[in-house]
Amino acid sequence: MSTEAIAIERLQATGKPWTETVHEWVTTVDHKRIGILYMVYALLFLVIGGVEAMIMRIQLMHSHNNFVSPQVFNRMFTMHGTTMIFFVAVPILLGFANYLVPLMIGAWDMAFPRLNAFSFWLSALGGFLLYFSFLGGSGLYGAGNAPDVGWWAYAPLTAKAFSPGHSSDYWTIAVMLSGFGTVGTAINIIATILCMRCPGMHLGRMPLLAWLNLVMSGMVLITITPLTAAQFMLLVDRYLGGHFFDTQAGGSAVLWMHFFWIFGHPEVYVLILPCFAFVSEIIPVFSRKPIFGYPVMVGATVCIGFVSMSVWAHHMFTIGMNSYANSFFTITTMAVGVPTGIKIFNWLGTMWGGRIQFKTPMLFCIGFLFQFLLAGLTGIMLASAPFDWQLGNSYFVVAHFHYVIVGGILFALFAAFYYWYPKITGRMLSEALGKLHFWLFVIGFHITFDVMHVPGILGMPRRIYTYEPGRGWDTLNLVVSLGALIQTIAILIFVWNLISSYRKGARAGNDPWDAWTLEWSVSSPPPVYNFASLPAVASRRPLWDLKHPEDPDSRYE
Amino acid sequence: MSAIANPLIGQPGGWTLPSRGKVAMSCLIIAESAIFTIFVVAYLYYLGKSVTGPTPKQVLETPIFYTFCLLYSSFTIHRAAKLLERGRRVPFLAWWLLTIVLGGLFLFGTGQEWHRLIYERGLTVSTNLFGTTYYSLVGLHASHLIAGLAMLVVVLSFAVRGRVDQEHSARIQVLSMYWHFVDAVWVVVFIVVYVIGR
Repeated sequence: MSTEAIAIERLQATGKPWTETVHEWVTTVDHKRIGILYMVYALLFLVIGGVEAMIMRIQLMHSHNNFVSPQVFNRMFTMHGTTMIFFVAVPILLGFANYLVPLMIGAWDMAFPRLNAFSFWLSALGGFLLYFSFLGGSGLYGAGNAPDVGWWAYAPLTAKAFSPGHSSDYWTIAVMLSGFGTVGTAINIIATILCMRCPGMHLGRMPLLAWLNLVMSGMVLITITPLTAAQFMLLVDRYLGGHFFDTQAGGSAVLWMHFFWIFGHPEVYVLILPCFAFVSEIIPVFSRKPIFGYPVMVGATVCIGFVSMSVWAHHMFTIGMNSYANSFFTITTMAVGVPTGIKIFNWLGTMWGGRIQFKTPMLFCIGFLFQFLLAGLTGIMLASAPFDWQLGNSYFVVAHFHYVIVGGILFALFAAFYYWYPKITGRMLSEALGKLHFWLFVIGFHITFDVMHVPGILGMPRRIYTYEPGRGWDTLNLVVSLGALIQTIAILIFVWNLISSYRKGARAGNDPWDAWTLEWSVSSPPPVYNFASLPAVASRRPLWDLKHPEDPDSRYE
Repeated sequence: MSAIANPLIGQPGGWTLPSRGKVAMSCLIIAESAIFTIFVVAYLYYLGKSVTGPTPKQVLETPIFYTFCLLYSSFTIHRAAKLLERGRRVPFLAWWLLTIVLGGLFLFGTGQEWHRLIYERGLTVSTNLFGTTYYSLVGLHASHLIAGLAMLVVVLSFAVRGRVDQEHSARIQVLSMYWHFVDAVWVVVFIVVYVIGR
């Protein structure tokens, strides 16, 4: 019956005018469509943020370069950082959560479909406003253009005197709107996971992806909101003449730093937890083994959630805190490495003795494991306050966090795209292009970000628009920029793969990877209603039970 | 497709999950608490750091009557929700109306205090750090109160037309959670601004 329904829908779809299709997408409350909207929107901003990165890399290719002015360079690093965090990483991860969580826990939709659409459009408006600043940032004053205060917008750079016009306000309101949207979706994800699970899906039987998104959403509630509060204060300062961050009237610039990083550091974990979730789903399938240490994985996730809330001031070692604060934040920062290490061992334990299939998603997961470990190790180095005094605000730090965000988050995201694209579109992505994308990206990534540590150690500060010749930075920067070019080519191959496979890719069928979670039990793409009738599960791998009735998991749980 | 899905179909007997309204409202309350925490921290951190007057001690007067109104409204909304749960619509309406009146009184009290501070004491948001933090913290609470009152009035407008019934009890309880939260925040703000801050 359901196949007939789909067939009829397809028939109607062919005869529809394009305005109708646009109208459907704009007014949709279907979690799958909103998930796709999130992803497409984020991919668009990924390209824009990538162009900004390339502009910076061209400018830094050799000393005394005049490709862009210092003012434009400031705007580029501000927009690049803000875009990549708030309008690429966050929406793309929320998009995957939106698409996958209801399917994986056996629900018809999210708990609040309209809130879901509202949250997406709020975030979308935020991204639009941020880029509208290129046109509207001058305002009546004729000063300023796009925001140029850095993505953390330290006071007093944001004071009216130093940031005239409206560029900083576009930044503030854009980020605030994206924050509201993120909190709305986080509430939705929590309510969905706690209240919409299909019969038999106890918390202990949920796929790890659902667990990690639950913890991520819980973190969003208390990490995004401090930034929202601080943005309100900034608006009060800029528009009502308040003194929160006005040091001349007794206000404190350091308080802004605390408020920003109370958001800023847990945010990294908000971004990495969904990536852990992808890896935890993909590695078992391509190792042909169930995940090793499921309860420990859940425990470690919750542990990361708590510990990562108390590490923020390691971003502030160089502002001169007292030695108690320095010791506290050094210890907590090192401690957060422990549950993260547990996870890495569990993924290795899953692969150990498995019959590993080196498909593209698995390749990206292996790259993730390797690079995330290295990123964690430089993180432990920077967690030590005296070491940080030496290298704080240098290219070593830039290299470290790009290792996390590109080497960790982006690699896991690519894995997720290759793994779930067949489910979302019904077509397989090309393996040949995928492998080419992987190898080019790995090579480009390591050329850029391995080498980038070195100018940092040699003393090159971040956020400088050019540098003197003869410091030994020229060749290194040239190599870094060339690596960025290789990464750009790899990304273009990926985008081409997404587009061409949508039309010409091999048909995926319901379950191309022989996987075990519920989303693979429905057609690809899934019907609007997900499940004709709600499934019931008896173990963590319901599709394994189905395919192997002689030896179901439910016997051992 | 349906061939695979079929064996998974189960009987939902005995499978109960928490109410999504309550879970979502709890999440919203957690998120809002974090916002208020940041404002409270800023208020406490900046106590006594103003470089010019007036100081809290000179100008603030403790709004005991209006605080009592707001705290009592928590009781009245609880009472109203309980009455609706038992299907008693007319007494529900009365207690609901009383809640709105008490909330409105509190808002009037805040407005009166602000008017006095601005026009008699010359304290505005830009006067000094105390003014900035005071109006921001109390204003943030008042804006939440206004949002709450708006929702209460919407329910009232349905209730007077007899459209609110026992079946809406769960939703009314979710709204009442929000109202309790606004009250609880006031307890914190009151202690911070009028007890510790003076």
